[in-house]
Amino acid sequence: MSSSPDKLVYMANQIGKFFHSQGHDRAVQGISEHIWKFWDPRMRKQIFAHLDAGGAGLDPDVLDALQKLRQQA
Amino acid sequence: MSLIQETDFGTPKSKSETMVTLTIDGNQITVPEGTSIMRAAMEAGTQIPKLCATDMVDAFGSCRLCLVEIDGRAGTPASCTTPAMNGLVVHTQSERLKKLRKGVMELYISDHPLDCLTCAANGDCELQDMAGAVGLRDVRYGYEGENHVFAKSHGCENDNWMPKDESNPYFTYDPSKCIVCSRCVRACEEVQGTFALTISGRGFDSRVSPGMSESFLGSECVSCGACVQACPTATLTEKSVIEIGQPEHSVVTTCAYCGVGCTFKAEMRGEEVVRMVPWKDGKANRGHSCVKGRFAWGYTTHKERILKPMIRERIEDPWQEVSWDEALNFAAAKFKGIQQKYGRDAVGGITSSRCTNEETYLVQKLIRAGFGNNNVDTCARVCHSPTGYGLSATFGTSAGTQDFDSVEQTDVVLIVGANPASAHPVFASRLKKRLRQGAKLIVIDPRRTEMVESPHVKALHLPLMPGTNVAVLTALAHVIVTEGLANESFVRERCDWSEFQDWAAFVADPKNSPEATAIMTGVDPNDLREAARIYATGGNGAIYYGLGVTEHSQGSTTVIAIANLAMVTGNIGRPGVGVNPLRGQNNVQGSCDMGSFPHELPGYRHIAGDAVREQFEAMWNVKLNKEPGLRIPNMFDAAIEGEFMGLYVQGEDILQSDPNTKHVVAALSAMECVIVHDLFLNETANYAHVFLPGSTFLEKDGTFTNAERRIQRVRKVMTPLNGYADWEVTIMLAKAMGFEMKYNHPSEIMDEIAALTPTFAGVSFAKLEELGSVQWPCNEKAPEGTPVMHIGGFVRGKGKFIVTEYIATDERTGPRFPLLLTTGRILSQYNVGAQTRRTENVVWHAEDRLEIHPHDAEQRGVRDGDWVRLTSRAGETTLRAEITDRVAPGVVYTTFHHPDTQANVITTDFSDWATNCPEYKVTAVQISPSNGPSDWQKAYDEQARNSRRIAPVVEAAE
Ligand code: SF4
Ligand code: SF4
Ligand code: SF4
Ligand code: FES
Repeated sequence: MSSSPDKLVYMANQIGKFFHSQGHDRAVQGISEHIWKFWDPRMRKQIFAHLDAGGAGLDPDVLDALQKLRQQA
Repeated sequence: MSLIQETDFGTPKSKSETMVTLTIDGNQITVPEGTSIMRAAMEAGTQIPKLCATDMVDAFGSCRLCLVEIDGRAGTPASCTTPAMNGLVVHTQSERLKKLRKGVMELYISDHPLDCLTCAANGDCELQDMAGAVGLRDVRYGYEGENHVFAKSHGCENDNWMPKDESNPYFTYDPSKCIVCSRCVRACEEVQGTFALTISGRGFDSRVSPGMSESFLGSECVSCGACVQACPTATLTEKSVIEIGQPEHSVVTTCAYCGVGCTFKAEMRGEEVVRMVPWKDGKANRGHSCVKGRFAWGYTTHKERILKPMIRERIEDPWQEVSWDEALNFAAAKFKGIQQKYGRDAVGGITSSRCTNEETYLVQKLIRAGFGNNNVDTCARVCHSPTGYGLSATFGTSAGTQDFDSVEQTDVVLIVGANPASAHPVFASRLKKRLRQGAKLIVIDPRRTEMVESPHVKALHLPLMPGTNVAVLTALAHVIVTEGLANESFVRERCDWSEFQDWAAFVADPKNSPEATAIMTGVDPNDLREAARIYATGGNGAIYYGLGVTEHSQGSTTVIAIANLAMVTGNIGRPGVGVNPLRGQNNVQGSCDMGSFPHELPGYRHIAGDAVREQFEAMWNVKLNKEPGLRIPNMFDAAIEGEFMGLYVQGEDILQSDPNTKHVVAALSAMECVIVHDLFLNETANYAHVFLPGSTFLEKDGTFTNAERRIQRVRKVMTPLNGYADWEVTIMLAKAMGFEMKYNHPSEIMDEIAALTPTFAGVSFAKLEELGSVQWPCNEKAPEGTPVMHIGGFVRGKGKFIVTEYIATDERTGPRFPLLLTTGRILSQYNVGAQTRRTENVVWHAEDRLEIHPHDAEQRGVRDGDWVRLTSRAGETTLRAEITDRVAPGVVYTTFHHPDTQANVITTDFSDWATNCPEYKVTAVQISPSNGPSDWQKAYDEQARNSRRIAPVVEAAE
């Protein structure tokens, strides 16, 4: 866990794992809300950049959640 | 100001609601049933002479000084052991009583040195007072006979004489002045619960002795001082009183160490503290304290305290002492420069859990309103942030649900990942008292803690593998749900029923059963089932938890799992039950309440909420940024990436307390200006450019909020040695940066907090003066505060059950790192030890030790006391081993109080999924024999020594 996108992907997936057991729709809602509430703009910008670059390594729920968040932003 | 004299009623207060009426010396008085005649008399204003009775312990009836006459009864009963009853007619003074009492005193004095003039207790001695009270005028027996007073009698050694025991650093035991009233023995048992003292021998030969005739220091004694407080003579006396003399005035204030929040009378002579005596009316501690609060305040005047501001261009330079103006202008110029160059968001600050609410509030205000961003965080990030997340998600508030008094009505205590005997000693004493009365105890902890081992307490211990809390708690829920032990009517009434059903279906899944999870958790399924049954069916069940819950990658999930358990059993919303985080530092609760988190304004309201933000904007007269700011770990990452360049740290040692020391060092080194505002040149200051001297809790006014949400006053008893209280320094720094904040006194800051924060609306210094303390929420609905929360319904509306899937941490053992390290703390030291290491408390804990099971030690050829190298994926350090079976095979344990050990060099930067609270409690490690400090330790030491240099003043004047 050193360079930044890896770390953010790891963190986002960690959040995803918690919500995973609530089923896809609630997970997507939960993940996007969590990231919106707790991540500062700098981190969000970085993860969106990673998303644009293909979002490698992001779990499916997380990918959907980030896309959703991005549309809202 | 004068010395606060608390009335000693002689025996404890009765809790009965039935009243009885009796006549004492012609006056009618009504008291609760079970009250002693002695106490009834005192309540009516008559003090019956007494020696062995005091209201902190139960009556014993040994001195026979408190005799009274009762109409219609033969003899002269002892008033301390005789209960008041309807219709009794009592006389406290008569010719017969006078004579008897004189006789008793005469016997005492004939075996007591007549040293009063030079005695440390002179002026505060109950034996002296009683001699005066009974009119003792001469002692007929003389000192010729057998006595305990003189080292020699008739020219030969006196076997009855015992020398002073001065082994304890804070108090002495002088057996020659002991009257064997056993108050100390009872205090140690009943108040402290340690059972360190006994009375050995009988009759004339009886003596007070720690353990089996050991010294105090060598015994079980934990130096709480309860015995010293109970002693009516100079036998047990604070060394500070011996040295200084009796105090002349006192001020009530609050301890600055742990989250229990004991209140004390600071007993003073001028501006010098003579001693700290726990305040009987303190609602958190009820007259008790631990070694830290009572004795370990010597750091406040320690010679290493830095009293002058200092600056330097580069961290390689020695420090330059400068004036306050120069230091503040230097800091302000740097910060402004950084913001110009790197942007408004390139600076931030960290608030302190050791400072007052008012100080914390000002720091976050400076950052939000002055710096213009929300880059504010606090050390609670590294301890209890998951508590905030987990409890607000389930219940709707970020705090514990009970007051400490609640434990007196608890039947089953479930402790998870906490060791109150070490970390929250005064609460532990109150808990142990309840356990001795028969309440049951369940402990979930990888290590056999002092709680499990305490005398006269039987605990059901579930020793789990570090990192498996969620699996164990979910298994408990599994048993409760599948065995039909859930409190369905409570759940239907108070919680969301459909969420409950989802959750119940999840926990009932056989994969969550104790049997299925045992392979990961290591917990015996039968013990786990028994624990679940006891908690669910044993009456009032209360959960207390600590850092062993929060400091995990699933910390927030664990808090949620705990909340689920309380809801499913209906153990919430009345006295005796609840969910209670045991907070580490004195004001962690307060610092969280005061808006120290980057996404929340005071009162836990999200910064993005327009209505709330606008209120603050109106009051502060600035536009606020509505985006959440950086959290501590994100600040470090951003610093390494060159985007975060300036940090103001008040009263925290982030270098020592945050995980993965090497990462923190890299981040701090990358910054252009680090301002440390503290008492000492702490470890973080090694990387700082500005040092602003801090003030101690004795030097300022304000409030702390303890683990029960109790807001208590901190009162200034001396002038700040550094010149300014911390809140004044923050105001000056803000001013230097061009942001004016105007307050004449911390009470005005509290008024502002109350005006902006609904849960604090009713709080003011005047209210605190009147009530002593209040627990938030304190507002129109609860003008005197809220001791127990969620009565009749949850704050969020319906209680929310959330599924808690166990996800193993990615920090795993393997062939290279086969052992799991977990960390904790011990009683005599506090947190990173900056204060306690600068007191005599070091006699109990001179260094951190690594606890290792005999089996693991033998495999590695490690003997007790050997130096071992402790290696993890993040780094390595060395320390000495202690071989013990308190830890299970495969688990090792250490504390983190000493910078030399640098336990955090080896902890990794894994963290809680929701809050990034670091995973301190699980690190995969390997252990091997070693010869001494590692290269890192040596290099670190070298850097630290270099960095602490202060340039001679001549040079500074150039
Ligand atoms: S303990 Fe009390 S009575 Fe004894 S010498 Fe000291 S002051 Fe006098
Ligand atoms: S200081 Fe506390 S633990 Fe030690 S003997 Fe006295 S009461 Fe017991
Ligand atoms: S450290 Fe905690 S338990 Fe000890 S005196 Fe202070 S507040 Fe009380
Ligand atoms: S005070 Fe009652 S017997 Fe000692």
